[in-house]
Parts: sequence; structure tokens; C-alpha cells
Amino acid sequence: MAQYDAIIIGAGMSGLAAGIRLAMFDKKVVILEKHVIPGGLNSYYSRRIPETKELINFDVGLHALTNFARPRAKGKPFTKLLKQLRIPYDAFKLKEQSHSVIQFKSAALKFSNELELLRSEIAKVFPTEIDNFDRFTRYIEEYNEVDLQAQYVSARGVMRQYFKEELLQEMIIAPLLIYGSAWENDMDFSQFAIMFKSLYLEGFSRPEGGVRTIIDLLINRYKELGGELRYRANVESIVVKDRVQGVSLKNGEFLETKKILSSAGLPETFSMVNKETEFKPQVGKLSFTESIYLLKDKTPLKDFAATIVFYNSTDKYHYRKPNELIDSSSAVFCLPDNYERENTEGHATVRVTNMANYDLWKELDRKTYLSKKELVFEQAKELGAKLLGGPMDVVFKDVFTPTTVERYTKHFQGTVYGSSTKLRDGKTEIPGLYIIGTDQGFLGIVGSILSGISMANLHGLMENN
Amino acid sequence: MSTENVKQIVLDIIADVAPDEELDGLNAAESLRDQLDLDSMDFLDIVMELRKRHKVEVPAEDYPKLATLDSCVEYLTPKFVS
Repeated sequence: MAQYDAIIIGAGMSGLAAGIRLAMFDKKVVILEKHVIPGGLNSYYSRRIPETKELINFDVGLHALTNFARPRAKGKPFTKLLKQLRIPYDAFKLKEQSHSVIQFKSAALKFSNELELLRSEIAKVFPTEIDNFDRFTRYIEEYNEVDLQAQYVSARGVMRQYFKEELLQEMIIAPLLIYGSAWENDMDFSQFAIMFKSLYLEGFSRPEGGVRTIIDLLINRYKELGGELRYRANVESIVVKDRVQGVSLKNGEFLETKKILSSAGLPETFSMVNKETEFKPQVGKLSFTESIYLLKDKTPLKDFAATIVFYNSTDKYHYRKPNELIDSSSAVFCLPDNYERENTEGHATVRVTNMANYDLWKELDRKTYLSKKELVFEQAKELGAKLLGGPMDVVFKDVFTPTTVERYTKHFQGTVYGSSTKLRDGKTEIPGLYIIGTDQGFLGIVGSILSGISMANLHGLMENN
Repeated sequence: MSTENVKQIVLDIIADVAPDEELDGLNAAESLRDQLDLDSMDFLDIVMELRKRHKVEVPAEDYPKLATLDSCVEYLTPKFVS
């Protein structure tokens, strides 16, 4: 029978990072991944363009790597991550965003990797609020958002203490909600602070080659440290007596361990435990559709430099599970080609994310499902035409729905930001069972990687010795 | 093992744990944290490397004894001898 110091469930960002930390210090560790490729919620795939037969790579998940930091920047999350994984800065080949835009009905604010742009935009559009914005920024800079004991505090409540203009509050919180909140319309202030820093104070970049560059770096690092990774490894149950005993796989194999770090999600992890517990974590309500399309060439981008547009057709931002298939009143519009561009040749990629209702997608029959996907794409194309201001010559398109997310990630109801119950210290009521990744509570790709690192440090390296 | 050797061992580990830090001209009597960008995660790595490379154990309650280069040497040298 195979015995391990630790078993990690899921080869996403957090699982791979945790695996690297444990393998680095000679722990015998295996990562169990259900899917045939790594990455989890941030993954990749390739498709051929029907007409030209060109093979194109697409990212799933990642619009942007948040937490941009320059080489050797002190005390930044991204720099910490590099040190802990011992990966050199240059290996990520980061390309910075040009700028992004928060575009509401009656105002727009640009921001970039320099805080000054957002400051000057606010000073221009909301002149009475700029001092408040500076005070608020200072408060967040000093806030310890990674305190593992922090209790839930409403982010909107804190914002109201600093700002008067409702529209400005809506505009500031909108990108932070859609880039990571598991709660509807509001978020925990410590998560808000993480997101505020990672989006507005640090900013966006994208590795050359997209998310695959990050995944390959993590996989190679893990393997060179001697870590074991199994694909198509289906966990039948997490076997618990007084503490964790091991994992049974669907193929009948039993893997013995005293420690499991699960990135499967909190409700998903507990559904695998072979023992009844009182603990009933909430399945998060938030899921999304994502439309990806390729334009024949980059001409429409000639006069459009923005990397990401957080679009909202009204002045009130609704972040919630919609009552229809998708909420088309708002969207995140991303142009991956508008990170530092290497060339003007080739196709332009457009990605459009909308909030979506899992239940409504789930109940569709096959034929209706396909026609509704077509409608989602048409709306994404319309938004593209509106923002880019011209006809759209689309040569390839694809749409993901909440059921696609569910199928590939096994997250219940296709949730993207996990459960609304978070376990900040990673500890569950079951000795030896720990939660890493989104449901531990750090956000984004950098957050997920740091989650894997810090939980592996805390529960895999420090405690047992 | 001489104190000079132990000092070099600690410096070698810091150089690997925090490759971007400039270690020349470090004041051995002053706090490492004040002079270098080291956080608790980096200190954990120093402890883990001591165990991995030299089989030297540093229990969590003794972490404060690694505060300066001098205190590291003072605390670790007897462990290397035994």
C-alpha cells in the first residue's frame, strides 16, 4: 500500500504550489487530479480555426495576473511567491497591461499599474472625493488582510465611512467583486483589501504564452523536486476515523496518509469524507459564462488600447446570480492582445464574461443549450462592436457556461469563486484535513498560489516536524 | 565547527532563500529583518534548510534566537558540534 506524508487533491494553482513546498523539504507527496490536464479553474485548451486550420491556444480563467510587481519589489505578494517557490522573476515573462477601464453609464475611470492614473481620473470625475480616496488607500495599505483570524466585515460598510458619492463606490467595488467575490453584492473587507491592493495598487500583467506559462513553471518545479502527480485520479472517498487515514480512489486503490490538503472546494471536499458531519458549507452562487472569439486581424484594436473593460450599462452594479441565463447588463471585456503587444500581425482575441445562473443552464435540453450559447455569443459580439466601434469579422468562437465549469473543475454548480464559507486557517473539524485554494480565502491566481504555499507551510512543514 | 563556519552556513542559506538580497556589509549584531526583506515565510525556509542540509533542528519556540547573524551563530554552533 502506498504511503505519503501528504496527499494533495487537485492540480490547480494552490495544489501545485503546496506540492512544491512539501517536495522541496523532502516530504513524500502526491497530487491527485481528476482531469487529464492541470490548472483547475485556470487552465488552457487549443482549437483549430475551421477555415484556415490554424491551431490556437486559449486560456480559461485567467484574464489577468493580478498583483503585478517589478523585479525585487519589497514585501509584495508576487515577490513572496517567487521566493517561496524559488522561481526566478524572468521565468514568468510578464507583459504589463496598457490600462483598464471601469465603464459605467454616466462615468468611466481608467486605471493602470501606476496608482497615479486612477488618482488623476478620480480627481477629474469626482473632485470632492479625491482626499477621501487617498485616506482610504492609506487605510488599506496599512490593513493586515492576511490575518488568518479576521472576522467578516462588510466592505461596502467600510467604504461608506470614507466616501459620499455612491457612483464612485459602485465603480471601485465592481472589478473587485467580479474578480473574486464568493458573496453576492458585497464582500468581506479583508478580501476587499486583498483585491484592492492586487488590482489598483499593484495591477495587471499576463505571462507571455498565457496561463500555460505559469502552469508549466509550477509543474516543472514540482517534478524536478521529485513530486508525484497523477491525472485521471478520481477520489472515491476521504477515509476518516479519529483523524484522516487516507484516500480511496475509484480504481480501488487506497493511499495512506495522515494529511490531506484539498483544493477541491469546501462543500466538494466534505462530500468526499466517508463520515457524516454536522458541517454544511454553502455552495457559492456565483458562476459565469465566458465567450471567447477571434477576430480576423488586429485592425479593430488599432485605436483601442484598453486591456480590460469592466462594463456596466447602468450606474448601479448588481453582482449576483441573475434570474435569467445571463446578466447582459454588465460584463468583463478582455483583450489579451492589449498587454504589451509584440506584433500587430495575427488574430485578435476577445473574451467576454457575464454573470450566469447555473440552475437555468443546467435544466436546458441539448438543443436549447446550444442555441442559448449562440445568443450569449451574439451579445458578446455586440458588446465588442459597441466598445471597439466597428464591424466584427469573427473567425472562431466558443462559449463556456456554468455547466462547462462544473464538468471540467467538478466544482458544485460551476462556482468559480468557491463557497461563501471560507476557512482562513485552512483547518477543518477533521484532524489532518486541510483546505487550500479559493475556499481558504485568498483570491486570484497569486492568491491561490500563496494559499497553497502558506497552508503547506503551516500544516505540512511547521506542525509535524 | 567554528563560529566562522556556522556564520557562512547561515549566509549561504539566506542567499538561497532570498536571492535578491545584498548580503555584503550585513551588520551581524543588528536584526536580519531590519536589514533584509525577510518575513516569517523566509525564516521558516532558513529553519527548513538547516534541517535539510545539516540535520539541525530549530523548534518553533526558538525562532526568536535567529534574529541576528550573531545570535544565529551563538544559538546554532553548539547544535553543529553535537
